[in-house]
Amino acid sequence: MKARVTVTLKTGILDPQGKAIEGALRSLGVAGVASVRQGKVFDIEIDGGDRAQAEAALKQAADRLLANTVIENYRVEVLG
Amino acid sequence: MKSAVLVFPGINRERDMARTLKLVSGSEPAMVWHAESTLPAGTDLVVIPGGFSYGDYLRCGAIAARAPVMNAVRDFAAKGGLVLAVCNGFQIACEAGLLPGVLMRNAQLKFICRDIFLKVERSDTPFTRGYNAGQVIRVPTAHGEGNYTADSETIARLEGEGRVIFRYVAPDGTRNPDFNFNGSSNAIAGIVNEQGNVLGMMPHPENHVESVIGVTDGRGLFAGLTEALARAA
Repeated sequence: MKARVTVTLKTGILDPQGKAIEGALRSLGVAGVASVRQGKVFDIEIDGGDRAQAEAALKQAADRLLANTVIENYRVEVLG
Repeated sequence: MKSAVLVFPGINRERDMARTLKLVSGSEPAMVWHAESTLPAGTDLVVIPGGFSYGDYLRCGAIAARAPVMNAVRDFAAKGGLVLAVCNGFQIACEAGLLPGVLMRNAQLKFICRDIFLKVERSDTPFTRGYNAGQVIRVPTAHGEGNYTADSETIARLEGEGRVIFRYVAPDGTRNPDFNFNGSSNAIAGIVNEQGNVLGMMPHPENHVESVIGVTDGRGLFAGLTEALARAA
């Protein structure tokens, strides 16, 4: 089963990398960019076909390693 | 002193640390590989040194914080054992839950490698008894991710409980945003845990201990620790 964990910075946490990317997009002349926040995407292959079990495992993976929940939120998707 | 210096893949300041511990305390530290599940018997100080464990993959210190040896360090700290965590070690300690908060990218996005000035906020800790409260020391720093951040409640608690031990200041000891070079909340450079036995700090006191270098301001930390442990023994 294919799955995806998306990790993003919580609102209010300063994101200097996102700011730098935002500045670069402006200097490239890309129109209409109001703001940029940088995050991470993990594409994960899960053994077995149990969706609920996969979701539980991914949640554990995100809580214990993939995200630092002091500053980051995450979203788990089992893509099937 | 019976110290143990942890070694993770990608760490590169462990030998500076070991050299300083030997030089100041007189006893050779044990070098402990990350895959170990126990610390050497009789260890009274664990040092998590600086470097780039696992190439800073995922987040600085994130992978090292989940190494087997860190379970032993957590047990050791829970029993009151002293832990000194410097630079990447501070990042590892935060990721391992030994200290609150997180070290983000420096506000100016630059890796900063130079001497900086720290105010020693307290002298009544095992780590700072070699200094006077309010003293300003000059120590080197070398990091790209030392911007200390935590939620406002945690910052208020750290301040209220006197757990900020080192702060970035101007050479005359005054708070000045120009000298808070990495953008840390409240110019925080070093903190202790609730029990006061785990210290995390971004700068490198271990690199300023010999007169041949020109500055010996880091020596007080190791001399104080040696004394504190000798008294406790």
